[in-house]
Amino acid sequence: MRRFSTALLLVLAPSAAVAEGTMPQMDFADPLTSTQILWMVVILVVLYLLLSRWGLPEIGKVLENRAEVIARDLAAARAAKQAAETAVAQMNATMAQARSTAQAEVAKAVADAKAKAEADAKVLNARLEAKLSAAEAQIAEAEKAALAAIRPVAAEAASSILLKLTGSPPAQTALAPCLDEALAARKVA
Amino acid sequence: MAGPKIDALGQFTLTTGLGPLGRAVDFTNSNEMMLAGAVIIVLLFALGLRRRALVPRRLQALVELMYEFVHNMCVDTIGEEGLRFFPLVFTIFSFILLGNLLGLFPYFFTFTSHIAVTLSLALFVFVFSTGVGFYTHGLKFFKFFVPAGVPGWLLPLLVPIEIISYLSRPVSLSVRLFANMTAGHVMWEVFAGFMLLLTASFGILGAFASIVPLGLNIGLAALELLVAGLQAYVFAILTCLYLHDAVHMH
Repeated sequence: MRRFSTALLLVLAPSAAVAEGTMPQMDFADPLTSTQILWMVVILVVLYLLLSRWGLPEIGKVLENRAEVIARDLAAARAAKQAAETAVAQMNATMAQARSTAQAEVAKAVADAKAKAEADAKVLNARLEAKLSAAEAQIAEAEKAALAAIRPVAAEAASSILLKLTGSPPAQTALAPCLDEALAARKVA
Repeated sequence: MAGPKIDALGQFTLTTGLGPLGRAVDFTNSNEMMLAGAVIIVLLFALGLRRRALVPRRLQALVELMYEFVHNMCVDTIGEEGLRFFPLVFTIFSFILLGNLLGLFPYFFTFTSHIAVTLSLALFVFVFSTGVGFYTHGLKFFKFFVPAGVPGWLLPLLVPIEIISYLSRPVSLSVRLFANMTAGHVMWEVFAGFMLLLTASFGILGAFASIVPLGLNIGLAALELLVAGLQAYVFAILTCLYLHDAVHMH
């Protein structure tokens, strides 16, 4: 209301001060004052029909279409993002699985190799041991043979020495215990 | 003094437009501007709708902006039911806006400065919203004049006040627009006439001095541009408000 009164003051002050005549707006005796309303009604009705039947619905359709397209694009982008995320997750899972498989394989190979090496070493050891024991046996046998060969030689040598000393071959029965004793003293037999 | 006289009100004089044909059917110069405004609105829509682009260019964006502006005004003020009245509010808003804006051009008639025009529009809004009220609520719409939560003994005082304030709506609605537009144009004319008076009375000195009313008029032009848009908006939002009252009764 205050705006109205200030506005009215703004209208009335200059018009009262300046114009002698009345305001043409208030001249209701003029037939044009009312006929302009008639034509305004005609213009407004046509404008209303044009806007409500054609203009506004068409603009509404354009806006609706835009909202639809944006929503569709957003949904597509969201779906693509989800697909990408799924793919990444799948890839990560595959990678993890491959890694664990590879690790298991490596571990198995290492274990296998270790086991094989151990077995090989065992076989080799066994063979070496066998060879060693065979060699030892051979040595022992050779030693034995060698030692066995000493007695007749010693007996013969003793006999010949005694023959030369005494002039007669010694009795075998007397010689044998002496020989044994001597040999035992030398720890040969 | 015999110099030029300031005729601030002559600009509002109605004549007939469109030549002899207009004279025959009493088509006035104000109707010429109404027609121009309506044609500009329809042309705007036709040009704005030519491409229907996903990403609008200037004209399409302008029409869409107006559409959404009034659309939101209707929905925000009246509610979802307001969409029924959207074409009506848009028609009134665009018609008044174009009338106000076209009136800013020199030598153009401002049809919104005629109380007969604004009062007709306001009376239509008043009768229409009252009709919507009775159509929506039947005779219960009379309860609108009985404020809720008021002691009974106050009612004989308050109900007449409510009725008077309701009946004064078309008056304030029409006079607000009429007075704003008339005042601006009268001031323009007065300042412009004052320049002529200064020059006529004081010669060269007066011509130099008339730079003051010229500056005032330039400032006034900016103010009038604001008023033209604002008053169209005020008329439209009050129309929405009255329709809201009719639909919701509070």
